[in-house]
Amino acid sequence: MTASPGRSLWDDARRRLMGNRAAVLGMILLGGLVLVSALGPALVPYAYDAVNKTDVWVPPLVHGHVLGTDALGRDLFVRLLMGLRVSLAIGLVATLVSLVIGVAWGATAGFLGGVVDEVMMRLVDVLYTLPFIFFVILLMVTFGSNILLIFVAIGAVEWLTMSRIVRGQTLSLKQKEFIEAARAAGLGPGAIVLGHIIPNLLGPVVVYVTLTIPAVILAESFLSFLGLGVQPPMASLGTLIASGAQDMEMAWWLLVFPSATMVLTLMCFNFIGDGLRDAIDPKDR
Amino acid sequence: MLRFISRRLLVAIPTLFLVVTLAFFMMRAAPGSPFDSDRKLSPEIEKNIMAHYGMDRPLIEQYQTYVGNVLRGDFGPSLKYKDKTVLQILKENFPVSLRLGGSAILLAMAVGISLGVMAALRRNGLLDYGVMGVAIVGVCIPTFVTAPLLVLVFGSTLQWLPNGGWNGGALANMILPVTVLALPQVAIISRLTRAGMIEVLGSNYIRTARARGLPLHRILTGHALQAALMPLVSYLGPAAAGLLTGSLVVEKIFNLPGLGKFFVISALQRDYTVVMGMLIFYAGLVLALNLLGDILYALLDPRVRLS
Repeated sequence: MTASPGRSLWDDARRRLMGNRAAVLGMILLGGLVLVSALGPALVPYAYDAVNKTDVWVPPLVHGHVLGTDALGRDLFVRLLMGLRVSLAIGLVATLVSLVIGVAWGATAGFLGGVVDEVMMRLVDVLYTLPFIFFVILLMVTFGSNILLIFVAIGAVEWLTMSRIVRGQTLSLKQKEFIEAARAAGLGPGAIVLGHIIPNLLGPVVVYVTLTIPAVILAESFLSFLGLGVQPPMASLGTLIASGAQDMEMAWWLLVFPSATMVLTLMCFNFIGDGLRDAIDPKDR
Repeated sequence: MLRFISRRLLVAIPTLFLVVTLAFFMMRAAPGSPFDSDRKLSPEIEKNIMAHYGMDRPLIEQYQTYVGNVLRGDFGPSLKYKDKTVLQILKENFPVSLRLGGSAILLAMAVGISLGVMAALRRNGLLDYGVMGVAIVGVCIPTFVTAPLLVLVFGSTLQWLPNGGWNGGALANMILPVTVLALPQVAIISRLTRAGMIEVLGSNYIRTARARGLPLHRILTGHALQAALMPLVSYLGPAAAGLLTGSLVVEKIFNLPGLGKFFVISALQRDYTVVMGMLIFYAGLVLALNLLGDILYALLDPRVRLS
C-alpha cells in the first residue's frame, strides 16, 4: 500500500506557475534565447569580431548574413548572439552579487534586531534615496569600463531592495517555533541564520531575483548606450543598440534586431517574475 | 506633521553629506585631471593652475574647503568652462530638463490615468487586456530603444518631426523626446491607476453612491478617482528619479541642451566641480520630491499617521 503523495508548498507553487500561460511562454522563449546565445556563436560561420571590408552594410538575408552586417562588415547575427550572451551573463552575475549582499545584510539586520538592525536599515534608507545610477556612471568613468566593475557596480546598487525584503521575512520568521526549537537545541545565531532562516525565505527572494535580472540587463545596456559599459569589439545588447542608433539611417537592421532581442528578453524575465510572484505568493494576486 | 517634515529633513542631511563625500572622493580617485589636454602643459603652469584651484593642498583639506563652500551655497567655478560657475551651468541647463521632464510627467499622467480608469471600468474586457498588455510591454521597452526607433520612423523616414535639437523648445522639437520620456511612465501609471480604481470601485461607499443612483461620471469624479489616485502620489519620487535617468539618454539622442547631457561629458572630462554640483542637485531634487510625495499623501489621506 502506498501513501498518497504529499503536496509541498513548492509543489503547489510549481503547479500554479505551470498554469500561467505567460510565464510558461516566457520560460520557453528564455530557454531558447539562452540556448542560442550559448551554442549559436559556435555554429555561425563568422566570428563576432571578424572585420570584412568587402561586405559592409549588407542587408539581412544577403550574402549569407542572416541579419546583415554592420559598418565594419561584421555579421550582425553572431554579434547579436554574443551580445545576448554578455547581457545575460551580466544580468546573472550582478544579480548574484546583489543576492549575496542583500541576503546577508537583510538576514543579519533582521535576526539581530535592536540597534544593529536600526543602524543597518537606516543606512539602506539613506542609500535608497541616492540617485544611484549617477554614481554607477561616476564609477564607470572613474575606473574605466571593465566588465568586472560593471558586475560589482550594478550588483552593489541592486542589493538594497533585496535586503529590505529579506529583513522583513527574517523578522517574521524568527518569531516562529522552529527557530525557538533550534535555539533550544543549542544552535548559535550563525547556524540558525544559515540553516533555518535563509532556506525559509527563498520564496520572495526567488521572485525578486527574477525581477532583478532584467533590471540589471537594463542598467548595463543603459551604461553601454552612454558608452560606459562593455567596450568594443565585445558586444552587449546595449552597445549593439547604441551603434545601431548611430547607423540607423544607413542600416535599419542594426537598430531593429538588437532592440527586438532586448525587449523580448526583458519581457521573458518579467513574465516569469510575475508568474512566480503569483505562484509563490498567491495572496498578492 | 511638522515633526514628520523636520525628521525627514534631518534624514536628508546625512544623505546629502554622503553624496558630497562619495562624489568628492570618487572623482579624485579617477586617473587624469581636468587640465589634461592634447597639448602638454609645462610642469610650472600646471602647478600654478593647481595652486589657483587649491588642488595642491592635501585632499582632506580640499574636502573640508569644498564642504564648507557648498554649505554657503558656493559650488565653485567649472574647471572646463572657464567663464562659468557651476551654479550658472545648473541655472542655464536645468530649465530644459525641467521642461522636458515636466511635460513628460503631465502627459504620462493624463494618458496613464485615463487608460487606467477605462481599463478598471471594463475589467477583463478587451480594452482592459489591451491596456494591460501595452503596460506590460511598455515597461520592457527602454528609452534608448524607443528614442532611436521613433526618430527613425517619424524623423528620418516620414520627416514629420525634427530628428533632434532644441530650437528654443518649439513644440515640434518637444514631441518626440517628451513621448519617449513619458512612455514608461504611462505604463506604470496606468497599472497603478487600474489597481487603485478596481480596489476603490469594490468598496462600500462606492456601492452606496451607486445605490443612491448617482450617475457614473459623478461617482468617478466625486468619489472614486481621488481615492484611486492615492498610490500615484507616492509614486512621485520614483517617477522623478526615472525621468532624470531617462533624460540622460533622451538628451543625448535628441541633442538637447539639458543637464543630463552635461553629466556624462563633465564626468569624462573630470570637471570635478560640475559633476559634484550636479550630483548634489539631483540628490536634493529626488529627496525633495520624495518628501513632497509623502506630505501630499498624508494631507490627502488623513488615515495615514506620519511617524
